[in-house]
Amino acid sequence: MKYLIIGNSVAAVAAVEAIREKDGKGDITLISDEPQFVYSRPLISYLLAGNVKVEQMYYRGKNFYENNKVRAVLGKRVTSVDAANRKVVLEDGEEFLFEKLLIATGGKPIVPKTKGSDLNGVFTFTKWDDVEKIKKLLLGTEVKRAVIVGGGLIGLKAAEGLTALGIKITIVELSDRIMSSTFDGTTSEMMKKILEKRGVEVVTKNTADEIIANGSKVGGVVLRDGTRINCEMVVFAIGVSPNIEMVKNSGIKVNRGIHVDEYMRTNFPDIYAAGDVVEAYDLVLRDNRPIAIWPNASIQGAVAGHNMAGGTKKYVGSFAMNSIEICDIPTISMGLTDPPAGKGYEVLQQLDEEKPTYRKIILKDNVVVGAIFVNDIDRAGIFTSLIKDKIDTSSFKDVLLKEEFGLAWFPKEYRKHLVVGPGIEI
Amino acid sequence: MVKRPVPNEFIIERDEKKCIACQACVRACSYDVHTYDPETDTVESDDSKCVGCHFCEALCPTKALRTVRNPSAYKENANWTAEVINDIVKQAEQGGVILTGMGCDKGQRNYFDHMVLNASQVTNPSIDALREPMELRTYIGTKPDCIEIDYNENGPVLKTKIPPQLELQTPILFSAMSYGSISLNASIALARASAEIGTFWNTGEGGLHKALYKYGKNTIAQVASGRFGVHAEYLKSAAAIEIKIGQGAKPGIGGHLPGEKVSAEISETRMIPEGTDALSPAPHHDIYSIEDLRQLIYALKEATEYEKPVGVKIAAVHNVAPIASGIVRAGADFVAIDGLRGGTGASPKIIRDNVGIPIELATAVVDQRLREEGIRHKASLIVGGGFRNGADVTKAIILGADAVYIATAALVAMGCTLCQKCYQGKCNWGIATQDPYLTKRLNPDIGARRLVNMLRGWSFEIKEMMGGMGINAIESLRGNRENLRGIGLMEGELKMLGIKPAGEAW
Amino acid sequence: MVMKKRKIVINEDVCMGCRLCEVHCLVKHSKSKKIIKAFKGEYPRALPMILVEEKGHLSFALQCRHCEDAPCLSSCITGALYRDPNSGAILYDEKKCVGCWMCIMVCPFGVIKRGSEKKIVSKCDLCLDENVPVCVKNCPNEALICVEEKL
Repeated sequence: MKYLIIGNSVAAVAAVEAIREKDGKGDITLISDEPQFVYSRPLISYLLAGNVKVEQMYYRGKNFYENNKVRAVLGKRVTSVDAANRKVVLEDGEEFLFEKLLIATGGKPIVPKTKGSDLNGVFTFTKWDDVEKIKKLLLGTEVKRAVIVGGGLIGLKAAEGLTALGIKITIVELSDRIMSSTFDGTTSEMMKKILEKRGVEVVTKNTADEIIANGSKVGGVVLRDGTRINCEMVVFAIGVSPNIEMVKNSGIKVNRGIHVDEYMRTNFPDIYAAGDVVEAYDLVLRDNRPIAIWPNASIQGAVAGHNMAGGTKKYVGSFAMNSIEICDIPTISMGLTDPPAGKGYEVLQQLDEEKPTYRKIILKDNVVVGAIFVNDIDRAGIFTSLIKDKIDTSSFKDVLLKEEFGLAWFPKEYRKHLVVGPGIEI
Repeated sequence: MVKRPVPNEFIIERDEKKCIACQACVRACSYDVHTYDPETDTVESDDSKCVGCHFCEALCPTKALRTVRNPSAYKENANWTAEVINDIVKQAEQGGVILTGMGCDKGQRNYFDHMVLNASQVTNPSIDALREPMELRTYIGTKPDCIEIDYNENGPVLKTKIPPQLELQTPILFSAMSYGSISLNASIALARASAEIGTFWNTGEGGLHKALYKYGKNTIAQVASGRFGVHAEYLKSAAAIEIKIGQGAKPGIGGHLPGEKVSAEISETRMIPEGTDALSPAPHHDIYSIEDLRQLIYALKEATEYEKPVGVKIAAVHNVAPIASGIVRAGADFVAIDGLRGGTGASPKIIRDNVGIPIELATAVVDQRLREEGIRHKASLIVGGGFRNGADVTKAIILGADAVYIATAALVAMGCTLCQKCYQGKCNWGIATQDPYLTKRLNPDIGARRLVNMLRGWSFEIKEMMGGMGINAIESLRGNRENLRGIGLMEGELKMLGIKPAGEAW
Repeated sequence: MVMKKRKIVINEDVCMGCRLCEVHCLVKHSKSKKIIKAFKGEYPRALPMILVEEKGHLSFALQCRHCEDAPCLSSCITGALYRDPNSGAILYDEKKCVGCWMCIMVCPFGVIKRGSEKKIVSKCDLCLDENVPVCVKNCPNEALICVEEKL
């Protein structure tokens, strides 16, 4: 069996390992446009800040390809997928045939067509190469200030990384608050205050209209409301969209991302997709959408790989969840965190501005559909099973906000079911 | 007048170098002796609440705790002991009857400690218990007057119908401890151990909890004066029935379960309201004469279709011999006698310590009387009341018992340290309590395992002692008083026990 | 080293909430491995990897279940959490952990803790270098039992 995987991040790795569990003999070829050995993308902000060394960036041991008999073609980009003829074509014209294909190309950063975005000193922040480019700039130029366009996850992570290098940061966010798609208003406000305490400037309801040149480099930024900020670096962190360039005109069904069924198959029976590039079933919102988070990509990649090698595993679906620590304050959010008013959602919350701590649970019909934890994130994972298994919490709703809440409050039979495995009794 | 508090019996010594303030002792103690102070990160102990149960000591991971006797003492006085003085102080303070738990601790005279066993030397060689079969199997029940045997072409055939018997693999049974005085977990442990060893346990006057019906084959159901939990199913499920007239710890009065220990489940099993004291009446109000007893015995036999032995339990009192004789003639299949040192969950201390006679004397005189009257075979004799080890059992059998009831020893095997506070219902070992937080502490698997271990140990010791005497079957030990000698006993006592003084040969 | 699949079984009916499992787990993972020194002489104090939940008289000890389909494995961004092929246990490489807390976010039992030194996570390792896990060995009431099956 000829397996071909486009991609070299967590979905691809999980797929490789799943395939090898079932099929030790088939050929696996892996193509990626990034030249690095398989690395952990979320660690790039740590790399930039100097909190991890190069060695720690790698997601698997150095002999990963060797041990799994994978032919890795790195640093080359796939430009088109010919689904009917079962081949992919690279930028340099080389063709690869396949019997089973996995598209795990992830997401690509959205770069707006702002005037001046081609200047030296404008970056996106999604790849290791971006970190290298930034470091190169810092070697040659004194960067006192940077403007980060976008106050979402990537923007904040970039801000953290750059602040650790002593650069003054201004975050410019288009909506009325940072992390608007992940947090609710209260949490966004808390995080804004914490960032400001650290010297990060946060500007909302605004965006960058023009980047001003200083020779060939970045000299400053002009915002929509006319404000001018002098800076030497601009990072666009508006968001990522599924990297579906190469499947244009291939006949593969695409919506916001590549459409897959519960077996991670596209509309072509031998073509699978997994990771940030797909749209899959969201358990909480009950529709199909891209849920671009690491654990999903890993699980989807494993399901896809297993099924490519002849299995029939189903992907049960997932929901948004994020763990991000901002200025030493950890936060965990999951599910629907900012419910619309008047639609029957019940909200339980507990805020302590001093510590600060915040806990918010969102319920619909006594089932937990979302949660936010700021600072006291211990045991937050228990809520994922409440959300996933749609447990009726009416008998212990009043304890959900308390620190001591745990499995002891779950109905005994559910608790036994959760913990029971071969020989595990509770 | 300056109020005089009763000085605490025990002091907790905490080695501060070893104490890691893990707070296991704080959580362990149901009497709230230990408390944790988060400001100083230390644990303090309030000695006045300590009952000396040693549970905290057992748990402490660094062995930092010691329970010691409070050295603060009154001037020595043989008559006015500290206990006597403190009891008066308590009664002056509160009025009322002083309660206690477990068996008499006053040491009137433990005859077992004054009797010694024989061993074979040159003639009648001893038998090696490790290498030869030794028969400990015992049958409880009435034996026929004589046996008739038919012979046919296959050989001898027993013609006489043998009345119902209980078969014991070892002459030791678990005595009556009611569900209520002890926890369900303790009862489960007793039931399981009986099933595993091949002996029996007794429900006491608490009725039978639903969870224990499956051990019916090894259960003796007690019918006491309060008739708690007595109904048709209860009688039918058991292997034998015991009518309780009295018990050694409190002869003359009925059982007592304080209201604190009457939980919802106890209420259901005993068929009484939750939280009320369960006080059994002193007599059975339908037994006022020996004829009434006979009527009840046969009523129970009728109710169980003559398929189970029905016996009677009495306390060992002055007239125990004629009383036992009457009971046997009333139709009982076994007579159970409970001596002065028998245990209890709650009894007035004054009665526990002053009423009744030691079981050693009772065994001897009852056995002797029944033999003299030619009715010894009509009922088995089970005796109990503070048996501590295999030697006590062996000596009791030599004095004439068929089998021995143990209870205190069983509880000690499961953790009891004889603090005598059972009536409070706060037993830290999870034995004498109904508090679900405490009863968890007695893991029935571990309890059953320990009981089985103890019985196996005792059984083997009995075999060793029997073998030493050149005997290989328990029947040859029963009533064989030549194998016992008294030490430091007066002539009257020797006569009562029917044994010779040590030094005298056959 | 353990060459058998090991699981720890929890029996909530006989757990008495004494928390001695937490004490001994802490000692096992301390620097000195001696109980008095671990509590009084080490700073910061080691953390136990087992936690005892209590609600009224219900209590039980909970540690990593070493799940077959472990969500923590899928969520670890550095590969610090990995499965030991010999015993099937999920172990972790402290050096690789960056403290992103994704595992805490997905563990349905909530048994992964943030470490005392920031950024490091602590989690049950099944005491693979001991014959019997120390929590099982030291539970006074056999509320934790170790079950092993040959792989």
